[in-house]
Amino acid sequence: MLRRVGPSLRHFLLERKSSAGYSSYSSEEKMSRPVQARRLEGIDKNIWVEFVKLAATYSTVNLGQGFPDFPPPDFLKKAFVRALSGENHMLHQYTRGFGHPPLVKILAQFFGKLLGRDVDPMTNVMVTVGAYQALFCCFQAFVDEGDEVIIIEPFFDCYEPMVKMAGGMPVFVQLRPKAPKDGQLMSSADWQLDPAELASKFSERTKAIVLNSPNNPLGKVFSREELEFIADLCVKHDVLCISDEVYEWLVYDGKEHIRIASLQGMWDRTVTIGSAGKSFSATGWKVGWTVGSNRLLQHLRTVHQNSAYHCATVAQEAVAQGFQRELELYGKPESYFIQLPKELQQKRDWLVQSLDAVGMKPIIPEGTYFLVADISEFKSDVPDVPDSDEPYDSRFAKWMVKNKGLAAIPLSAFYCGAHKNNYNHFIRFCFAKEEATLKAANDILQKWKREKTSP
Amino acid sequence: MLFASRSFCCLGIRTYQLRTDLLSRSIKLSASATMTFRHKNTRRIEGLDSNVWVEFTKVAADPSIVNLGQGLPDISPPDYVKEELAKAAAVDRLNQYTRGFGHPSLVKALSQVYERVCGRKIDPFTDILVTVGAYGSLFSTIQALIEEGDEVIIIEPFYDCYEPMVKMAGAKPVFIPLRYVFNREELQVIADLCIKHDTLCISDEVYEWLVYKGNKHIKIATLPGMWERTVTIGSAGKTYSVTGWKLGWSIGPQNLIKHLQVVHQNTLYTCPTPLQEALAQAFGIDYKRMDDPDCYFYSLSRELESKRDRMAQLLQEAGLKPVIPDGGYFMIVDVSTLNVDLSDVDEKQPYDYKFVRWMITSKKLSAIPLSAFCGPETKRQFEKYIRFCFIKKDSTLDAAEVILKNWNKQTA
Repeated sequence: MLRRVGPSLRHFLLERKSSAGYSSYSSEEKMSRPVQARRLEGIDKNIWVEFVKLAATYSTVNLGQGFPDFPPPDFLKKAFVRALSGENHMLHQYTRGFGHPPLVKILAQFFGKLLGRDVDPMTNVMVTVGAYQALFCCFQAFVDEGDEVIIIEPFFDCYEPMVKMAGGMPVFVQLRPKAPKDGQLMSSADWQLDPAELASKFSERTKAIVLNSPNNPLGKVFSREELEFIADLCVKHDVLCISDEVYEWLVYDGKEHIRIASLQGMWDRTVTIGSAGKSFSATGWKVGWTVGSNRLLQHLRTVHQNSAYHCATVAQEAVAQGFQRELELYGKPESYFIQLPKELQQKRDWLVQSLDAVGMKPIIPEGTYFLVADISEFKSDVPDVPDSDEPYDSRFAKWMVKNKGLAAIPLSAFYCGAHKNNYNHFIRFCFAKEEATLKAANDILQKWKREKTSP
Repeated sequence: MLFASRSFCCLGIRTYQLRTDLLSRSIKLSASATMTFRHKNTRRIEGLDSNVWVEFTKVAADPSIVNLGQGLPDISPPDYVKEELAKAAAVDRLNQYTRGFGHPSLVKALSQVYERVCGRKIDPFTDILVTVGAYGSLFSTIQALIEEGDEVIIIEPFYDCYEPMVKMAGAKPVFIPLRYVFNREELQVIADLCIKHDTLCISDEVYEWLVYKGNKHIKIATLPGMWERTVTIGSAGKTYSVTGWKLGWSIGPQNLIKHLQVVHQNTLYTCPTPLQEALAQAFGIDYKRMDDPDCYFYSLSRELESKRDRMAQLLQEAGLKPVIPDGGYFMIVDVSTLNVDLSDVDEKQPYDYKFVRWMITSKKLSAIPLSAFCGPETKRQFEKYIRFCFIKKDSTLDAAEVILKNWNKQTA
C-alpha cells in the first residue's frame, strides 16, 4: 500500500470500529498532485507505440520497426526446442539472476577473445532482458540527478528518456553530413562529428557518453580515429562510456567494427552492450548482455537484482548454444556472423538501387540493417504545412503508410525535441527483410513514381 | 506526518548541493583520484547491493544438497505448457518483437480469465501490462507511482524485494507486522483505510491459485472502491510452475496502468514473444475448463496440499513446530526446539542465517532464513524461524525426510 498524507495508521486503527459490508467513507480529498511519479515527466511519448500501430493497421510492406521478417537460423531454433523439451525440465525454472552459467561462460570466452583480455563470466558479464534493459541498468546505476550524458545525434530514441528518467541531463551533439564527392551517393561515413564541437560538450558535470556503433539509424561505423578521439576525451574528463554495439556483426564492405573498450584507458570506464536479438535475428527472445569491469558491473547487478532479477532461462540456454557454435566456427564462412552480414549487404545494395531509381537519395550505411534516404526531391505528394508542430518527415511517413502501404520511420524520431526540424526530410528503412518484401517495396515505389510523373 | 514528508524532501536538496561542491573541487585533483569518485554508483542504489538470494541460490547448483530453499518447483511444468512453447517457437514471426505492453493473444487471454474471476470488464490493451515476472510488475508499479517523500506500508514478513524497490524509488518503507491471514473482514479494514486516506494498493497475488481447503483467495481489487486504486500483480511462473519463463502481469484501471506502461517502454520495452504466445495458449486451455476440477489452477493446488501435509508431518516428527500455511508453497518452522548452539559463530548475523548456513553444511538441507523477509526492527523477533519450500517432487521430499529422521540420531 502507499500512503501520501494524513494522520498515522495507528491513530486510525484505534479509531476503527468493526465493519461489515463496504465502507461508508467517500474519498473527500482528491489527490493534490498527479498519481504518477515525477520521474515519468516528459517521457510518456514514444514513437514506436504510434508507428508500430500504424504499420499494423495500414502497411502491406513494413520496412519500419527494426526486426527481420526472416526466421532465426535453424541451429538456434533447434537449440531452443532442445532446451524446452529436453530431459532437464529445470530449464523452465529460475536460473542464476546475473546470467545463466552456460551463457555467461561462453560470452566471457567469446568477448575475451574479441577484446584481447581475460573476461570473467561471473563478474565481467551480466545478462539482461534485451540490450534495452542493459541500457536501463547503465543509466540507473550511473546517472544521478544533475549528471550530464552526451548523446550523439541521430540516436536510438530510448537514450533520451532513459537519461531523463534517471534525473540526468542529455547533452546532444550532432553528426553533420559532409557533401559526398560529385556524382556519388552519400555514405554514412560522410556524417561526422566536429571534433571541437564534441570536445566542447564535456563539462565537469558529464558523467557518461553514449556511443552507438554501428549507429542506428544512420548505419555509421565509427572509424578507429573517431573512436580514439572519443576515448581520449573520456579519459581526459574521466567520463564513462556506455557502448551500444548491438549491430556489431552487421558491417559491410570489409569494414571493421572496433570495440571502444579495447582502446587505451577504456576497459575500466566502458560498459559494452550486445544483443542476441540482433546477432541471431531473434529480436523476440529479448536476451542481451553487458561486458565490463567488475567495478562497473557490480552496480549494474544491483540495479538488475532490484528490477527484473532473472531473464528467461530457456532463451539463455539456446543463445549459449548458438554462441558455442559461433565460437567453433569463428572466422569461417559457415559462421552465422559472417553469413548474415553477407546476405544483408546484398539486401542493402538492392534497396539502395531501388530508392535511387525513384529519386529518393539513399545514404549508404556502412553497418546495421537500416538505411536512411533523403526524400526532399520526392516529397511532393505530401505538402509542407508551415508552422506545423510535427516535423515534415513524420507527416510524410504517416501519409506514406496510410496511402501507399509502405512503412518507414521518420529520421526526426532520432533527434531531440529542439533538433527535430534540423533533419526533417529523411526517412529510415529497415532492410532485414526477405527478397519478396524488398521487391514488394520496390513495386510500391516504382508505381508511386509513375503516378507522380504521368500527366 | 505531513511535516515529516516535507522535511525529508528538504534533506534531499541539501544533499545535492553538497555533492556539487564536491564535484567542483574534484576537477582540480588528478585523473586517478577522480576516477574513483566518478565511477561511484548513483544514490538510488546505495545500500541496495546485498541480497539474500545471491548467497542462498548458489546452493541450488550443488546436487548433494536437498534444496528446499529458493521458491522454485523441481516438478515439471504440465506437458501442454511445454508443447505450446515448442509450437510458438516454430512460427517465424513469433521469434521477433511483439506489442510492447503485452502480446495481443496473451493480454486477451488474461482479460478473459480475470474478467471471470473479478466479475468486471477488463480491457486487454489499457488495463493490463505484461512484465518480466511479477518482479518486473512490482518494479514498474513502484517506479510509476512512488517517489521521494512517499511512504509505503509493507506488511511483515514480506517478499524481500519490496523494501529495496521502495527505497530505490526514493520512498520510505513503513513496516507493520502480520498477525494472521487475510480474511474478508481484514481486507475490508485495509480497503477502508485506503479509501479514507486516498492511498493506492499494490496487491501481489502471485500465489492466487494456491489456496488450500477451507480457504478462499479474495482479490482486494474486487472490494467496493478498490478497483480504481489497486494494481493487482500475477505470475506465470507461479501459476504454471514455470518460474524460468519470467512472465508476470499488472492489472488495474487505465489511469494507473498507463503509467506502468510508460515505465515499461523506458526500461525493457517488450517481453519475449514465444513465451507470451505459449502462455496465452495455456491460459486458453485452462479458461475453458475453469468449471472443471482438472483445470491446472485447481489440480496444482490439490497436489500441493498433500505435499504441504507431508512436509508438516516430517517436520513435526523431527520435533519441530511448523506454521501450517493456508496458501502458497512455503512453510515456516520454529527451529529453536532443536537447540543448535551457534553462539561461537558471528554474533552480528541473525540466528536463522547462521542456522541455515550450518544446516546446509552439516545436514545437506537448505532453507531460507525468515529474517530475510523482515524489516530492520523485527529481524531479531523472527530469527528462530526458517522457511521451507515444498513444491518439490516426491524424491526430494523423501530425501528431506531421511535427513530430518536422522537429525536427532546424530550427536551434536
